[in-house]
Amino acid sequence: MNATYLVHSRPEILLACLGMALLMYGVFKGDRSFRTVSWIAVLGLVAAGCVLSAVSGPRALAFGSQFVLDGFALFMKWLVLIGSALAIVMSLAFNERERMARFEYPILILFATVGMLMMISANDLMSLYVGLELQSLSLYVIAAFNRDSTRSTEAGLKYFVLGALSSGMLLYGASLVYGFAGTTNFTALAALLDGSDGKAPGLGLLVGLVFVIAGLAFKISAVPFHMWTPDVYEGAPTPVTAFFAAAPKIAAMALTVRVLVGPFGELVHQWQQIVIFVSIASMILGALAAIWQTNIKRLLAYSSIGHVGFALVGLAAGTEAGVQGVAIYMAIYLVMNVGTFCCVLCMRQYGRAVEGIEDLAGLSKTQPMLALALAIFMFSMAGIPPLAGFFAKLYVFLAAVDAKLYGLAVIGLLTSVVAAFYYLRIIKLMYFDDAKESFERPVPGEIGVILVGSSLFILLFFAYPAPIIAGASAAAKVLFPG
Amino acid sequence: MVIQAIAFYMFAIVTIAAAVMVISARNPVHSVLFLILAFFNAAGLFVLMGAEFIAMILVIVYVGAVAVLFLFVVMMLDINFAELRQGFLQYLPIGGLIGIVLLVELLFLASTWLAKPLKTASPASPAPAADAVTNTHALGRVLYTDYVYLFQAAGLVLLVAMIGAIVLTLRSREGVRRQNAAAQLNRRRDQAVEVKKVQPGSSI
Repeated sequence: MNATYLVHSRPEILLACLGMALLMYGVFKGDRSFRTVSWIAVLGLVAAGCVLSAVSGPRALAFGSQFVLDGFALFMKWLVLIGSALAIVMSLAFNERERMARFEYPILILFATVGMLMMISANDLMSLYVGLELQSLSLYVIAAFNRDSTRSTEAGLKYFVLGALSSGMLLYGASLVYGFAGTTNFTALAALLDGSDGKAPGLGLLVGLVFVIAGLAFKISAVPFHMWTPDVYEGAPTPVTAFFAAAPKIAAMALTVRVLVGPFGELVHQWQQIVIFVSIASMILGALAAIWQTNIKRLLAYSSIGHVGFALVGLAAGTEAGVQGVAIYMAIYLVMNVGTFCCVLCMRQYGRAVEGIEDLAGLSKTQPMLALALAIFMFSMAGIPPLAGFFAKLYVFLAAVDAKLYGLAVIGLLTSVVAAFYYLRIIKLMYFDDAKESFERPVPGEIGVILVGSSLFILLFFAYPAPIIAGASAAAKVLFPG
Repeated sequence: MVIQAIAFYMFAIVTIAAAVMVISARNPVHSVLFLILAFFNAAGLFVLMGAEFIAMILVIVYVGAVAVLFLFVVMMLDINFAELRQGFLQYLPIGGLIGIVLLVELLFLASTWLAKPLKTASPASPAPAADAVTNTHALGRVLYTDYVYLFQAAGLVLLVAMIGAIVLTLRSREGVRRQNAAAQLNRRRDQAVEVKKVQPGSSI
């Protein structure tokens, strides 16, 4: 044990202690403290981000090299912290109106965030698993948070059972890797597998790796492990869905990148074909299955499956440019998703939330600003230049072409054209159909602020993309030393 | 040595006999009690092997928690086990198949002696000599030093599980009468007792 270890894991320690302190406060104050606890939790997440930015040095190992803090971890941790903080802010008004304003909500999000930070910093199969479980367990509870609603309970239960299954697969794979390699540490695994002894990795190790990939594919909801996504996204309360679609996905994607590029980087030819298959299947399913959806949350679930497929294109390249593309994609995906879900949160009529796509008809006449914002996000998700979504896709496809994966890039472009159909359908509904009932006004203040901020980011990304691109580049460089 | 051998055979025979009784006893409560007996004897076997920590855990976790939980479930839920056991022959083929798979796995396990892991030397924390320190000491030394990160994280996972169980199930019900000891003790005689003069030959 070394005091500097605590320095490297300050954000995790800060958030865990804050979570426990808020739990005590909430227990004494009761559910009246929902707003206070929420805002303190948001402040804590911001403080964790500030603590992170004070970190210097390229790469630091801690706790017997079970924990790693490098440029990649920093970039992804910032995204996760932003995603969690915005998720708490977005939930405030909704939870109070739907009578699920209980103080445990922000605390569970805090603990889920601790789990995500641990996942991103994992440098050992054991710390990977513990971080993943901490995150998943919090998410199962949040999915069922509206316990009086059958759909929410069903979503939580479904997520729990399937998540336990995927954890089992991951653990099985990890045990095989440990059995055949004799170590769970990523650094030691990378040293063992660098091919310097001229031996090919054993079949058992590869089977273990496949199981680990299957478990991770479940967490990023990539095809063929996507089945839970539409049901859980539809059933869970809308702010919970907004949270699910952003931060946990980024953390799981970061974990996948770190596991595949780090310890198993030398086996790139072995896992590349799996990632290519998963990527193509996710893009195609995300594009086709969303066309027939009538529920906006279900549609966004399929859209997020498709986005994961696009991000995996960058990972399939297995190069530094590819990982940079994944990092940029996740950053832009985060903003697009937060913005879109802010619009979904505004869809309320007669005191209850509506979720049908048809309910958006004629929104441009009744609420032109909301319609404009949603149109921007939809155009961006479809990848229309010069919006941010276009650049996200550009970087991953460029990396795929550089790695000579032409087929993958072509399929990616074709599916993004198909996917544009349903994004444009929403815009057509809002701008060219007859107006129906208006949504409730006014839009809650904090949601309005997030909406304006994320729209501006998407619109103006092309003018000043340097910070994100430089950050992603630095993040990718750490994973490819030398 | 002789005493150890006698103890081993005694524990082993009782374990197997109890295990057979677990699946053959007609009364489910008896099954659970035999299960507890099997656990105790397995713990005895562990002590003989010098693994006193696992023996302790077996008694505390399996006997103390799991088996007692089983017993509660069996006694509280009125499950008709005779009905559950019908159709035994119907499922015999698939059961036999699973049995064969398990047997093959056992054979594989025996053959893993041949496959050596890539990395054999220098584990993260070298195990101390068995006679220098007890199991429990050795575990404690690495648990709170080398693996403190995982230990604390596992603690957080359990905390979240607790919060989850409370959030999803605790309801504050209306109209529940609770005992208020202070109010009871503060009652004076004149609040509680009323003295009535009853005339002879009339009611109150």
